[in-house]
Amino acid sequence: MNDEVVYKTNFQEALDRFKSYRLALVGLVVLSLIFLMAIFANFLAPQGPEYIDFAAVRQPPGNGHLFGTDDVGRDVWARVAFGARTSLIVGVGAVLVALTIGITVGLLSGFMGKWVDTVFMRITDAFMSVPALILIIIFIAIVGPSLLNVILVIALATWPTSARVVRGQVLTLREQEFITAARVIGVRTPKLLISHILPNLLGPLSVVATFGIAGAILTEAGLSFLGLGVRPPISSWGQMVNLAQQSQILIDEKWIYLPSGVMIVLTVLSVNFIGDGLRKAVDPKSVR
Amino acid sequence: MGLALAPGDELDTMLTPEAAAQMSAEDMAAKRAELGLDRPILVRYVIWLGKTVRGDLGYSTSEDAKITEVLKTYVGHTVILLVAALLLGIILGVSFGILAALKENTWIDYVVGSVPIFIAGVPGFILSLGFIYFVAVKLNALPSAGMHSLGDDSLLDLIKHMILPVTVLSLVLAAQLVRYTRASMLDVLSSEFIIAAKSKGISNRRVIFNHAFKAALVPIISVIGLHLPEIIAGAVITETVFQWEGMGMLAVRAAGGRDVPMVMGIVIVVAVAVVVTNLITDIAYTIADPRVRLG
Repeated sequence: MNDEVVYKTNFQEALDRFKSYRLALVGLVVLSLIFLMAIFANFLAPQGPEYIDFAAVRQPPGNGHLFGTDDVGRDVWARVAFGARTSLIVGVGAVLVALTIGITVGLLSGFMGKWVDTVFMRITDAFMSVPALILIIIFIAIVGPSLLNVILVIALATWPTSARVVRGQVLTLREQEFITAARVIGVRTPKLLISHILPNLLGPLSVVATFGIAGAILTEAGLSFLGLGVRPPISSWGQMVNLAQQSQILIDEKWIYLPSGVMIVLTVLSVNFIGDGLRKAVDPKSVR
Repeated sequence: MGLALAPGDELDTMLTPEAAAQMSAEDMAAKRAELGLDRPILVRYVIWLGKTVRGDLGYSTSEDAKITEVLKTYVGHTVILLVAALLLGIILGVSFGILAALKENTWIDYVVGSVPIFIAGVPGFILSLGFIYFVAVKLNALPSAGMHSLGDDSLLDLIKHMILPVTVLSLVLAAQLVRYTRASMLDVLSSEFIIAAKSKGISNRRVIFNHAFKAALVPIISVIGLHLPEIIAGAVITETVFQWEGMGMLAVRAAGGRDVPMVMGIVIVVAVAVVVTNLITDIAYTIADPRVRLG
């Protein structure tokens, strides 16, 4: 008889907006598969990415090697599966470190104001005056390439973005009445920041984090491609695409680099689509 | 701009591990004292800063030459590449952006709108290798590496070598520009002065180019300014793939050889370039929009 009014929480509405963006859902499915590949790499490729089959060097796909073998006889499928691990560890790791620094700096800067804000913002300016990739290359020149260094260096070059976002949000949030109310009832500053301000930042931060992951994965692939990233024997998609710089491999042995190239593009595109979906979900007014 | 980056500790990186193993601890200490590496980092930073201001960037261990001399030969190569890519990128991005805006919600709009999304997900080095494979190898139309063919220093030869790297670099900029140009044009096209101009009977073409495009230009300029650092960073990878003897390739080689002073020299040039391009962007604003005043 009477139409029931359906009440939706903010979260449900955001979820609906996310779901209405099809590409984001496709991205989510593809990314989940890549995550599964990374987690179960040991089962998918039991021989491991470092095992060298001397009897089958530069072998085309087939004959026990699903994607063939590379220029020293390692199984390409195994290296692709374990490369997913490297990419995701770098992507997620770098973003976690960058967010930790960024959130801390952003909260302090936005909430304390005055000289703290000035000092921190000048530091972010200094970082942002040079393109991130160039900064990363200096850091690598100083500390040398390795998996851990790549993660730290990407985080060190990209935290200013999240610091800026957090600061901007804090500046508007701290003037709002619920913050004044919390203060009036005697909530201390640390608790105020963590239980009242931080939860309100989750939306915008999830967008920054998602695009950060895509950026970090791209950077890692680029660095490894340039020989400044993850060191062998750890497998990385960028490294495998690097082999295509040899013309013999580029022209006649495509199976060595094509799977990795496709994986990089698939991963970055799906993370980007998820980011677009999240942006729509978090901020309905945003236009592309 | 506050580029407060001290040169890193190049103490061990200068020596190969083999050489370091053969030296005694005293030898190492003496070598460090000779290079001034035993002094506190702040002192070293001030010394480095003082030298930098006087135009002395030090000696590059990986290139085995004075850094300022090395930079002089490489900067020009990168500038040619970047300027060409910038021009092509702007032409491509702006014209396709306008096209998409004029054909709003037709298949042209959808195609022009979706291609950039995919370009954004394809890293520069994969795009470059794709071009090398299809254009240089399959069609054998253009050279894939270097700046000149052996023994041919003509301008035509240089241009042939430039086409592929410039295309790759410009596509990255064009992909961003298309989106913003389209949005900016759509915004302007629906504003009242355009309707007024149309109702006065001004031809469609004049309305689009003399009225709408001029107004849409300001946001487009800011997008170009915002993405310039990205293009400069993109040159690092593109130059390496195409073996273009520019600063990007130099930076990668120097970083691979742990040659910190060389990389610092490059960073200073890049930072100056970013500041200069910001200035040019600001000046371009005042030309595009007379209401903007610098001061």
